[in-house]
Amino acid sequence: MTIEQLDPAATVRTRRRGRARSTLDRPAAIGLGIGVTWFSILVLIPLALIVFQAAGGGWGVFAETLGSSQTAAAIWLTVRQALLVTALNVVMGTLIAWVLVRDEFPGKRALEIIIDIPFALPTIVAGLVLLSLYGPASPLGIDVSNTSHSVFLALLFVTLPFVVRAVQPVLMELEPEVEEAAASLGASTFTTWRRVILPSLTPAIAAGATLSFARGISEYGSLVLLSGNLPFESEVASVRIFTYIENDNPAAASAVAVILLAVALAAIITLNLISRRVARRD
Amino acid sequence: MGIEISGVNKNFGDFVALRDIDLTIPSGGLTALLGPSGGGKSTLLRIIAGLETSDSGTIEIEGQDTTRVPAQRRNVGFVFQHYAAFKHMSVAKNVAFGLEIRKRPKAEIKRRVDELLELVHLEQFAHRLPAQLSGGQRQRMALARALAIEPSVLLLDEPFGALDAKVRKELRDWLRRLHDEVHVTTVFVTHDQEEALEVADSIVVINDGRIEQIGTPDDLYDKPASEFVLSFLGPVTTLGDKLIRPHDIEISRLEQAAVVDGPITRWTRIGFEIRLEVTPTDPRYTEPVQVTVTRSEATALDLHQGDHVWLRPSVGAQSLPTP
Repeated sequence: MTIEQLDPAATVRTRRRGRARSTLDRPAAIGLGIGVTWFSILVLIPLALIVFQAAGGGWGVFAETLGSSQTAAAIWLTVRQALLVTALNVVMGTLIAWVLVRDEFPGKRALEIIIDIPFALPTIVAGLVLLSLYGPASPLGIDVSNTSHSVFLALLFVTLPFVVRAVQPVLMELEPEVEEAAASLGASTFTTWRRVILPSLTPAIAAGATLSFARGISEYGSLVLLSGNLPFESEVASVRIFTYIENDNPAAASAVAVILLAVALAAIITLNLISRRVARRD
Repeated sequence: MGIEISGVNKNFGDFVALRDIDLTIPSGGLTALLGPSGGGKSTLLRIIAGLETSDSGTIEIEGQDTTRVPAQRRNVGFVFQHYAAFKHMSVAKNVAFGLEIRKRPKAEIKRRVDELLELVHLEQFAHRLPAQLSGGQRQRMALARALAIEPSVLLLDEPFGALDAKVRKELRDWLRRLHDEVHVTTVFVTHDQEEALEVADSIVVINDGRIEQIGTPDDLYDKPASEFVLSFLGPVTTLGDKLIRPHDIEISRLEQAAVVDGPITRWTRIGFEIRLEVTPTDPRYTEPVQVTVTRSEATALDLHQGDHVWLRPSVGAQSLPTP
């Protein structure tokens, strides 16, 4: 996953091109062919297989899997924590991006680089860091291991950069003159934020939030050490899938996977709709 | 009344942007702040608008001390060089912004926006986004937006600087006519002397953080107070030990009482105008003299490159001694 994918302007461009009538000449057709084949091998076929595997068991497996209160609890915990973390990231990420773009301070360059560490760090290393800091042997005296807070904390750690990196380039292109224009027309700082800055940032914030949520519901490595995976308390969906596989129940594992897939899709669509509505309100 | 500026100083770190500016801008006039880039004219405009604060001194707008009043409550219309459009709002919404902030009734806002869009000839573009307009149209939209709040003064910072030459000229004429219609006290910043001479009622020449001269376009052109003003308002050349405009030199092929004589060493024709360079025979004057004549004058005098000519200031020409 690269930062380029976060650029909402690029998304808009692609969307426009998609609407236009086909302009494929031979080299473009070959390019498209290679692209689609590549995408199919890596993404579409495995996804289809999962759906097929889950469906192969019929609705019975779904009902049974979801009926298991332990699995339902794990899925609910995952979605709830991912939502909470994403909401917090929207606020904090925008704030950090603002500070990084608009303010000059010593150590800014260093912070620019450090921001990406949670993203670049192998997740199990992140888990180890969190365990040593917030585990039973915490030097701070804060022990959140074996609680749902540990899941929250781990997700917060790994998803920090998403909103920051999505908002930053858009903020850089926002001219300070636009805010000055709003001020000279009588708008308070708050009104300028609400009516001028926020609508310009919303697509970027939504893109960052989508990635943050998607990462949140799929996270495994960073939380598995700290959370202790206690059923009904700190066990997340991905751990549940792993357990099902270990117990040789691939159909149930696939069922959970399909539910996560559906949740991720729903999140992408919802955030996309929200960002369009907000951006067009005025 | 109008705008009263007294004792304004502004530094950016070590850089002195403005020093001790005292200036009265009359009510209802169209005033140009003219000067080279980095001379402090934009800073002065931004201080009037409240977008920048002065280190010392006071600003009064229409008799009211606004030195400590924030930009939001100065009721000043500001137009930026790069439009500063609200990109996600339609043209009509951009223009309505200031009125919506003031919580005017919907019907009144709509009526006022329609009026303004008509004034700037953008009626049919009301529902477009700024990105779908040309540069000139965008700047007219920005102007309508600034006028919507019925500002006590209208400030324009290099308003035509980002536009190409033709559109620039059109907008210049249009601003002049608009001002004759609207009569709001208007100040615009420019580094283009032609723009200032053509549009403004009065010009304030600012250089190096100081006011060089204040006057009508004619005053400034005919009676420049300093070498800087003379050279900034148009081309200038050295004739003997005087600075003079190249078109204020009388040229003759016949020997006559002259300041300088010598051969025509360069000949450049630009449309109706011919620019000559005469290299003086007198070794005291090393610089060639620039002379501008019209094509018909050149034909009448039968001038050609290489001809020996005699030069003197024409009657009534303004000149300054060389420094």
